[in-house]
Amino acid sequence: MHRRLFLHHLGAGLAMTSLPNGHVLASEDRPLRIGMSPVFLHDSHGLMGEWKAYLSKRLKRQVIFVLRDSYGETMDLIKQHRLDAAWLCDYPYILMKAYVIPLATPLYGGRPYYRSYLIVSSQRKGVHSIADLEGKVFAYADPYSNTSYLAPRHALKQLGNNPDTFFRKTFFTWSHRKAIEAVAKHLADGAAVDSYVWESLARVEPEFTARTRIVSRSEEFGFPPFVVDRELPGGTARDLRHVLMGMERDDEGRAILDKLNLTSFSQARPEFYESVEDMVRQAGG
Amino acid sequence: MKAWRIWCARRAGDGMSIFDLSLRFKIPLLGSIIIIATALGLSLSYMVQARTDLKRDMLENSEGLGRVLAHTLQSPLLHDDVWRGFEIVNTLHGDEASRGSFQVEGLIVLNEMHEVFVSSHPDAYPLLIPLGRLGNAFRTLSTHLDSIPLGQTLTLETDDKILQVVPLVADDVVLGHLILVHPAEFFWPRFKTLAGNTAIITGLALAFLLPVNWYWGQRMARPLVLLSRRMDDLGRTLPEPLPHTIYPYGDELGCLFDAYDRMLEEREVKTAMEREIVKEGRLAALGRLSAGIAHEINNPLGGLMTAVDTLKQYGEHDTVSRRVLPLLERGLVQIKDIVAALLVEAKGASRKLTWQDVEDAHTLLAEEARKRRVAWQWDNRLQGELDLPATPVRQVLINMLLNAVQAAGPEGRVEAHIQATDAELSIEVGNGGDTIPPEQMDSLFEPFASRKETGHGLGLWISYQIVTQLSGHIGVESRDGWTRFSVALPMENETCTTAASA
Repeated sequence: MHRRLFLHHLGAGLAMTSLPNGHVLASEDRPLRIGMSPVFLHDSHGLMGEWKAYLSKRLKRQVIFVLRDSYGETMDLIKQHRLDAAWLCDYPYILMKAYVIPLATPLYGGRPYYRSYLIVSSQRKGVHSIADLEGKVFAYADPYSNTSYLAPRHALKQLGNNPDTFFRKTFFTWSHRKAIEAVAKHLADGAAVDSYVWESLARVEPEFTARTRIVSRSEEFGFPPFVVDRELPGGTARDLRHVLMGMERDDEGRAILDKLNLTSFSQARPEFYESVEDMVRQAGG
Repeated sequence: MKAWRIWCARRAGDGMSIFDLSLRFKIPLLGSIIIIATALGLSLSYMVQARTDLKRDMLENSEGLGRVLAHTLQSPLLHDDVWRGFEIVNTLHGDEASRGSFQVEGLIVLNEMHEVFVSSHPDAYPLLIPLGRLGNAFRTLSTHLDSIPLGQTLTLETDDKILQVVPLVADDVVLGHLILVHPAEFFWPRFKTLAGNTAIITGLALAFLLPVNWYWGQRMARPLVLLSRRMDDLGRTLPEPLPHTIYPYGDELGCLFDAYDRMLEEREVKTAMEREIVKEGRLAALGRLSAGIAHEINNPLGGLMTAVDTLKQYGEHDTVSRRVLPLLERGLVQIKDIVAALLVEAKGASRKLTWQDVEDAHTLLAEEARKRRVAWQWDNRLQGELDLPATPVRQVLINMLLNAVQAAGPEGRVEAHIQATDAELSIEVGNGGDTIPPEQMDSLFEPFASRKETGHGLGLWISYQIVTQLSGHIGVESRDGWTRFSVALPMENETCTTAASA
């Protein structure tokens, strides 16, 4: 397999040097680079490998998943046009609108929405809203995460609090899963996490999420979309959208969607993300 | 109860004490006590040493771990990255750290204000709590934190915890501290394993050594015990010699047994000599007594016999006299014979002994032997003349042969060996008659001690007197159906020489 890939690269390289308009050929032949948010996928290398192989097969083109520890790093890669496509959280998507165009939105539970969950340790009693966590230690997943950072801070502002001084101490775990872990292990008194990650984990590791308790659920936000670099050739973007949206129509694709805890992919619509855009505006982003 | 004790009479009345135990038990018991004490002492000192070493090793290991962690924790502390700090203290915590050679119960990272920056156990050590509020041990520790010299660590032992502190230093600036929390007896699980192994090994060694010691002790004690018993008997009877297999080694104990055997031998010889001396003294006294009486009787006897003779020749012989006088005469003759027999006189003028004299004795008794159908074995090896008086020696020989023929019984067997060297004549006469009982042996040579129904019982007495007067020796052995009388007579010139030299 590796040997064949290597020969493939070699052929591409020869083509680039021998043809005057080699750029087009080269862009068609080089692997498609897709940035992946550090969602619960980070800990599911097997699933990611399956999905990558599926996409490669359908696109008839090698696909590379690019993983970074934080959303910020993925955003930097987009700015540098070093990614062809990315699965982004909705907050970075709003911030990166100048660089990317939305391609497809995954449907979670048949709908293109998710929420922010405020969680505390299951052993902690007497916390009924974020207001009860004043002066406590709070864990955020990522400063560019909507559900974990933007949404709870927005909620605090709505309640008339200064999110920078409301908690005694805050820290970033750089993934939703780890934010859940910080609460489960009592390092943090509370955290806000992605409902999709929490529910998906509850499906595969119920004893882990059972160590946390959901205090409150936020309003619905548009589900993190698949976006493409504005400079990506239209045909490639269409092909990718076609493959993603077609996943539900074959067994292999359905099996992967099931493991991802997703229903299918739909056409991304700007109105899904209007509420997030409002919050970003209010936050002064 | 008695078997446990030494039986010797000296101790019989005293109260029972452990020191009165028989050596059979005392030696193995003392050995066992020494072995157990040694084994326990060694194990104990080993374990004390091992405990110290183990504690030191584990603290050193732990400090090494602490220094590595401290290095890794600098960056999270500098960047206020709580989660990374948490991941670091948790990677190196967990089963591995608590079970292995570290036994770390918890890890705490302090910021420069001595507050908890992060810890492996947020429940016990929550974030941002000042160190002093974590408990007594930590309160004590907080007063020492600022006095740790650069590049060094601090170990604080309290009642329930051992705390190791590694400062987090970057460019000679203390950013915070890493505290490794150990339970006070954190080396206990490993020490227990070690102690368990030591106990098993000690047990195995004891299981081997104790039976070996018991066997060896018994083996050493058994001959001693036997020796002790024999020695105790020595006062009352003459004990048997010790079996040669009892202790065939040449050490001091072996020498002791040899000495005992020698002593026993000497004692036997001495006892025999004493008995002989007593016997000889008695016989000598008897000889003197009988000789004195014989002399005293001889004088009136001579007168009486002369008177009877005169009466026979010149007296008037009525009926009574004719009847009484021969009676008197026979009685007096018999008295004279007996007195003569008692007055043994070996010395005196006599010709020298020859081969023929000995053969004459054989001839004299041949008829008696034939009558009794006794089988003879005659062995006379004498040659020429011997420096011994013929008459008394012939009398001794005849007495011995007569006794033998009579004792052998009908169809019995008699052997006689007569031979001489330059120094001595040896006569041995044996018969296959009844064995002489031991109680008769001592008084065999005394007058009238004969067990025979016939004879006057003076034969052996006379022989004894003659042999003694000739400076010889007469002895008897009787066992297993064979009785042998032996006589040794020194040649007269030899006696003279001996006497002269004496």
